[in-house]
Amino acid sequence: MSGDAQGRPAPGSLDTFPKLCADQAVKNGNRPAIREKDFGIWQSWTWAQVAAEVRALACGLAALGLKRGDKIAIVGDNRPRLYWTMTAAQAIGAIPVPLYQDSVAKEMAFVIDHAEVRFAMAEDQEQVDKMIEIRSHDGKLDQIIYDNIRGMRHYSHDFLHSFADVQAAGRDYDAAHPGFYEVEVAKGAGADTAIILYTSGTTGQPKGVVLSFDNLIRTAANGIAFDHLRRDEEVLAYLPMAWVGDHLFSFSQSYIAGFCVSCPESSDTVMHDLRELGPTYFFAPPRIFENILTTVMIRMEDAGWVKRRMFHYFMDLAKRCGGDILDGKPVPLADRLRYALGNILTYGPLRNTLGFSRVRLAYTAGEAIGPEIFGFYRSIGVNLKQLYGSTEASVYITMQPDGEILPDTVGRPAPEVEIKIADSGEVMFRSPGVFVEYYKSAEATAATKTADGWVHTGDAGYITEQGHLKIIDRAKDVGHLNNGALLAPKYVENKLKFFPEIKEAVAYGHQRDYCAVFINIDLAAVGSWAERNNIAYASYQELAAHPKVLATIKERIEAVNRDLSEDPKLAGSQIQRFLVLHKELDADDGELTRTRKVRRSFVADKYKPLVEALYSTLDHTHIETEMTFEDGRQGVIAADLQILSAETYSAAPPLKAAS
Amino acid sequence: MSETRDRIGDTLLAVENVSLAFGGVRALSEVSFEIREHEILAIIGPNGAGKSSMLNVINGFYHPQDGAITYKGNKRKQMRPHHAAATGIARTFQNIALFKGMSTLDNIMTGRLLKMHRNFLWQALYWGPALREEMEHREAAERIIDFLEIQSIRKTPVGRLPYGLQKRVELGRALAAEPDLLLLDEPMAGMNVEEKEDMCRFILDVSDEFGTTIALIEHDMGVVMDISDRVIVLDYGRKIADGTPDEVRGNPAVIDAYLGVSH
Repeated sequence: MSGDAQGRPAPGSLDTFPKLCADQAVKNGNRPAIREKDFGIWQSWTWAQVAAEVRALACGLAALGLKRGDKIAIVGDNRPRLYWTMTAAQAIGAIPVPLYQDSVAKEMAFVIDHAEVRFAMAEDQEQVDKMIEIRSHDGKLDQIIYDNIRGMRHYSHDFLHSFADVQAAGRDYDAAHPGFYEVEVAKGAGADTAIILYTSGTTGQPKGVVLSFDNLIRTAANGIAFDHLRRDEEVLAYLPMAWVGDHLFSFSQSYIAGFCVSCPESSDTVMHDLRELGPTYFFAPPRIFENILTTVMIRMEDAGWVKRRMFHYFMDLAKRCGGDILDGKPVPLADRLRYALGNILTYGPLRNTLGFSRVRLAYTAGEAIGPEIFGFYRSIGVNLKQLYGSTEASVYITMQPDGEILPDTVGRPAPEVEIKIADSGEVMFRSPGVFVEYYKSAEATAATKTADGWVHTGDAGYITEQGHLKIIDRAKDVGHLNNGALLAPKYVENKLKFFPEIKEAVAYGHQRDYCAVFINIDLAAVGSWAERNNIAYASYQELAAHPKVLATIKERIEAVNRDLSEDPKLAGSQIQRFLVLHKELDADDGELTRTRKVRRSFVADKYKPLVEALYSTLDHTHIETEMTFEDGRQGVIAADLQILSAETYSAAPPLKAAS
Repeated sequence: MSETRDRIGDTLLAVENVSLAFGGVRALSEVSFEIREHEILAIIGPNGAGKSSMLNVINGFYHPQDGAITYKGNKRKQMRPHHAAATGIARTFQNIALFKGMSTLDNIMTGRLLKMHRNFLWQALYWGPALREEMEHREAAERIIDFLEIQSIRKTPVGRLPYGLQKRVELGRALAAEPDLLLLDEPMAGMNVEEKEDMCRFILDVSDEFGTTIALIEHDMGVVMDISDRVIVLDYGRKIADGTPDEVRGNPAVIDAYLGVSH
């Protein structure tokens, strides 16, 4: 690669993806660039073929009337043709706007209107139908192109084109206008807008994050250098194309490092395709790692006695020394030998079943990952690391360097990223990846990005003594106890929820004397425990009030308190009083959002007497609650709840201040 | 493949005065109708009306005492099921008849057996022409898997699949024979609303993409009225109506058959 020692492309030469694509076609022309599993077989395209496909498509789009500065929406699962559409659009100066494929037409309409999208590339009939509906609203949406011809036979609209037709027209156009493509590509510059990514927006309307080629290429190249990515990496592209992570890992980095990206057969076959492919570089949100682990554990319970014993023996060993071996820390020789045996008998086959045989590097981000789950993957030799990032940063803000994995933190600042903690406790960063603006929203841009380029993340955190960033909560949720101690309710709740018995936790304490929580037990986990211990129960309510259950929850809470006490900043958040709720928090009752996040203030209002009781000296209280049954009927349940106190621990002796 | 439902063609199969009796029970009495190329024909009627018997007569499983069937211009009185299969008639069953221990893919491959020409010795060798043949048929099976969107269960033993998916696999096996006439015996029985919608879409797509002629038996009137081009109604082994869904819906004899007649 031309460029400086860190592998960054020299400015002015390869500063856009279409230019990088042409470059890869020369350097790695015969190497696979992208694969798609179709008809049960992995079909590949080389970089030279991709460059030709992109060229034909770009000319076809130009022939259809797509102009420099126009927006083209891309909507569908991860498909090679949809990725090519991004490059093709950029080649002629248009701006791709990928949409979340699961969104309903109404949500897509907002983005398409807001971004003034003129063209749309839809994967299949389902998405075409949404686009046609949106087009009927008299917006700017004009031409619609589709990839999969299935079911499209009876669509005769003249604004609708198949991908193949557009490319065929493009080849004619290219022949009739020699040099057109080269000139258009050369017009592109690093400072141009590469893409607009709409953030899913849990609150309010989505915002369009404008990222330039410079943002993406510089950030992607930094990530490549940091993790020593090579052109022979294998990557599975299965997360939504509208998400910045996929755009960086499956698109930007592939164009720079030249590695091959594979698209799964369908969203249902991802786990299967993962196993077949054996990626070397893998990203997944914590939820996916958790699901994979649960599947393994359930299947192990069904295995024969010998296998089960072997599995548990070696997993205990791995827990003790696996992580250290991965980190290159000293481990006694005997353990090393046992681990090597375990690798042959258990860890290797297990990694193979999970599709992680070849994985050199796995990342997780998005939310907190349970230390058990994180530790499990590391202990069997999967180099799972956490990173912290955002769309506004073109992904990377901090990453865990190899050998410096602290499960509670999200690592050190990524290359070229500066971090500071605002007085409010909010994490701020500045980097070459900092987004250009929120599209057509100067006000929101100004509120997030300062004049000198610092960006507010909205997350509260601090930098530990080792120089790692620790995220504790959303900044707006962080509160203070009456004695001034910091309270991070989400952090406390997450720690509790990592225990299988606890399904939900709601922590209070802002402007109170201490931290107190509501607990929801996990009916599946506690229920199966009750079954094994011959504890009969008729309902959730009965099980939740069982003295043994309460005792277990108390133990868990005290474990969390011990953990918290070791962190001088969070020692004040230790839980002093708790109760186990008599009903499960439910989205139908408005207590959770549809994405199953607790609405803390709503719950506080609804269960006001319970909150008051937590901050009194009562040891039980009576409550009547309205609830909605699954068939929609309303009912009232009454309960007498016990309120318990938990042991707290004195804070660890304050070490030298970290900041 | 280029045929579409817009072009309903000539008669593919004609049933003339077919009567079938089991001992003293008359399952079918002088039933006549025709199935035209590329159409979706629904056969409906109350329980015991003779619908399944009619399908069994068409594919040669039952031999009618009277009447004749003209299929692709050849008139016949009797036919064997394997002969029917060889001449392009495929079917699915009311009670799923798959190989439960075999995978989805293998079940669909069995649908192609009649198209394989190498003997079992060649196939056991799995070399040369036999290998080429296997690959050809595997590709055809993969197209059907793609068409029915069952990639994720390709290698799953069908016994482990939920009912709705098993029905879909069975449709896949019937399609694997590349039939000209597809007989579906209650393809949506026991399905929930979503599975029914999926199955409707697949049936319409089969008709659309492959131009296959389809005759189906179904109890769900909503489905029948939505997807069929023509409906015939049987009652006590006799045909009491024949026409478009709208015509049949308004036919007093049909209403009587379903709701009962007050005398």
